[in-house]
Amino acid sequence: MKNEEKKPTAAELPAGGIVEAGTAAQFKTGPWRSIKPVWSKEKCKACMICWIYCPDASIQVADGKVTGIDYDHCKGCGICSKECKFGAITMEAEKK
Amino acid sequence: MVKPIFSKGKIVAKTGNEMMAEAMRQIAPDVVAAYPITPATEIVQIFSQFVADGKVPTEFVAVESEHSAMSATIAASVAGARAMTGTSSQGFALMWEMLYIAAGLRLPIVMAEVNRALSAPINIHGDQSDTMGARDAGWIQIYSEDPQEAYDNMIQSVRIAEAAKLPTMVTTDGFIISHCMAAAEVYPDEDVKEFVGTYKPERYLLDYKRPFTLGSIEMQDYYFEHRYQLAQAQRDAKKIILDVAKDFKNKFGREYGFYEKYKMDDAEVAIVTIGSAAGTTKAVINELREKGIKAGLIKIRIFRPFPADEIAKDLANVKALAVLDRADSCSGTFAPVYSDVVAAMYANGVTGPKTENYVYGLGGREIDMTHIADVFKHLDEVAKGKAQASKTVEYINVRIK
Amino acid sequence: MANLKELSKNAERVTGGHRLCAGCGAGVVARQTLIAAENMPVVVVSATGCLEVSTSVFPYTSWKTPFFHSAFENSAATCSGVEAAYKSLVRQGKIKDEPIRFIAFGGDGGTYDIGLQSLSGAMERGHRMLYVCYNNEAYMNTGIQRSSATPQGASATTSPVGKVKQGKEQPKKDLTAIIAAHNVPYAAQAIIGDFNDYITKVQKALNTDGPTFINVLTPCRLGWGCKPEDSMEMVRLAVDTCIWPVYEVVNGKYKMTKKPRGGKKLPVGEFFKYQSRFKHLLKPQNAELLANIQADVDAKWEKICALCGEEVIK
Repeated sequence: MKNEEKKPTAAELPAGGIVEAGTAAQFKTGPWRSIKPVWSKEKCKACMICWIYCPDASIQVADGKVTGIDYDHCKGCGICSKECKFGAITMEAEKK
Repeated sequence: MVKPIFSKGKIVAKTGNEMMAEAMRQIAPDVVAAYPITPATEIVQIFSQFVADGKVPTEFVAVESEHSAMSATIAASVAGARAMTGTSSQGFALMWEMLYIAAGLRLPIVMAEVNRALSAPINIHGDQSDTMGARDAGWIQIYSEDPQEAYDNMIQSVRIAEAAKLPTMVTTDGFIISHCMAAAEVYPDEDVKEFVGTYKPERYLLDYKRPFTLGSIEMQDYYFEHRYQLAQAQRDAKKIILDVAKDFKNKFGREYGFYEKYKMDDAEVAIVTIGSAAGTTKAVINELREKGIKAGLIKIRIFRPFPADEIAKDLANVKALAVLDRADSCSGTFAPVYSDVVAAMYANGVTGPKTENYVYGLGGREIDMTHIADVFKHLDEVAKGKAQASKTVEYINVRIK
Repeated sequence: MANLKELSKNAERVTGGHRLCAGCGAGVVARQTLIAAENMPVVVVSATGCLEVSTSVFPYTSWKTPFFHSAFENSAATCSGVEAAYKSLVRQGKIKDEPIRFIAFGGDGGTYDIGLQSLSGAMERGHRMLYVCYNNEAYMNTGIQRSSATPQGASATTSPVGKVKQGKEQPKKDLTAIIAAHNVPYAAQAIIGDFNDYITKVQKALNTDGPTFINVLTPCRLGWGCKPEDSMEMVRLAVDTCIWPVYEVVNGKYKMTKKPRGGKKLPVGEFFKYQSRFKHLLKPQNAELLANIQADVDAKWEKICALCGEEVIK
């Protein structure tokens, strides 16, 4: 989201401040990262441990399998890497 | 013999609390969450009996505090229910935090409030300190002079709140109105139900297929706009209040406005007040009129939103007026109603009348006809240039020295 | 046993893009709770706190379910109001008669302290709801002040370590026992580092017709002073040291649902040593205080083992 985006006026905003569900998906917390998880498809056993312990819903899944990492929202906490019993996720420095 | 104004109306002898509970039975809200407190207890007690007897479909939540009463009422309203509560004084004070939230979230909650003094010292009797303190909370405030008005105001408040998307409190003076029986007219259930209509919220929490979040944190970039919306909603509510009053008159025959004018057309001296003291004032005015003194009264019904322009216009031609406040602001200067009246006059260029402010009746202290007559006597002298208007707030019937 | 593969096929109901710290346990609590609810319609309410402010910064919200917040001390009263509205509207035929579950969140400050009255009232009245206390043992949102859930000896900004004081002087309140004493049909303690135990408990609670309560120990890497990646392991150590017994009370019957790993109780120092809030306790001059804390933990552990009909693991 651009900071200079024009914000709605009092006349345009919904009364009471209703927010439509799930809009935070548009807010990117990826830039918070200093290290990033790198997922290895080969090593992954699809146990879903990384998925269930991710605070940021950033382990992408489909059909009961991990498919990748949502770098738009992952904050690089490293829980997934630490919890993985198969070494399928390693933490690497973010290139700045 | 009092006769009904509405063709299908029935005259009953009831207290203010009974009339408010009766209105609630007829409105039959989806949820009522309340906690007992003198002198409002009866309202929810009577209503609980209606629930126990299956006379209303309401879910009654007997909460463990007024804070939870208002919290649960707010939540029920957000969930999609027509929600009501009732309280007084300390209970109202305990709700304080939630009052502002109800308004900020724009919820059409209706509250039956019985005006009672605030501690300390603890006191159970009537004054308006409780609701006056919440005059900036964003609620519509409707004050009642007698049980009939309390009933009529409750019925109108549902429509006002829902159209304005603002919480609305209807008040009576503790014990003086809440516990005193008077002849009053009740309307048939079906007519009241038809008048209040059904509640159809645009968005509600239980509509889980259209999910939304309410109650977000808003920082410097959004908060102000939402608070502006609230202030504007109060300004816009004025038309709604008058429209509902007009419909009410067409349906039931009784006339309501922002305030009641009593013998104001040619008044030279006037009292502006709220609530039960108006009745006493009218009796004094009748006596004074016989003596040739042109006395009048403005009894404010709608204090929030404040009918500033209208009141200033109606006071423009008096020579001297007194605002009688049943609450003190302890501000070092004037009490709340006076401050709003005088600000309204000044903003409208009405600077002719001399003005006085009296605080009276705190903690249920008596105000009788002699007190009111003394005020008018002083106003008459001020009007004739025989006495000066006071530069500070004055007190009625309190031992000072 | 929670089947993660199957659960992961349901739509995610708490999105990323919230502003909780990296590695925050509260985000995991929110996700696992709603994952446990599977596709059941839910309405979520929350007390003011980290979880609430971070997931709903206007005009963004992480909640894909209906979500409502109004104040700090009233999450349970709020949930009561929503549930009362549901009952009324269903009874009157104003909304469809289909099951909706009601979940209230609160941190330990909002639950143990300022929200206790509201919670007690809701539990006593018997509203059908699941109240989840995500307990990180201090007021983290306002900057790590002590709550009645803060353990003895922990340094917090209103119970700091100084020349004459060594952190919080009182042991933590036993809130789960207080709620169990309301004779609710389901009350439990859990940790967020054992998804299977937690999800099973959430599902049991949601299937219970009445008020239910789960007190889930949740790490705050900032307030605890631990590494973000260690969040889940941290709370497992709380179980291994018997500092945080994990059990449930179903209709008055206690059951221990998770035991220290390896069938052996670790000394409390094994939990303390990874967290800066406890580091002063491991200094030689605080040996007596540490011993007192250990004795307190041991006594409470024996008590809960007895309630659960378990042999005391030593």
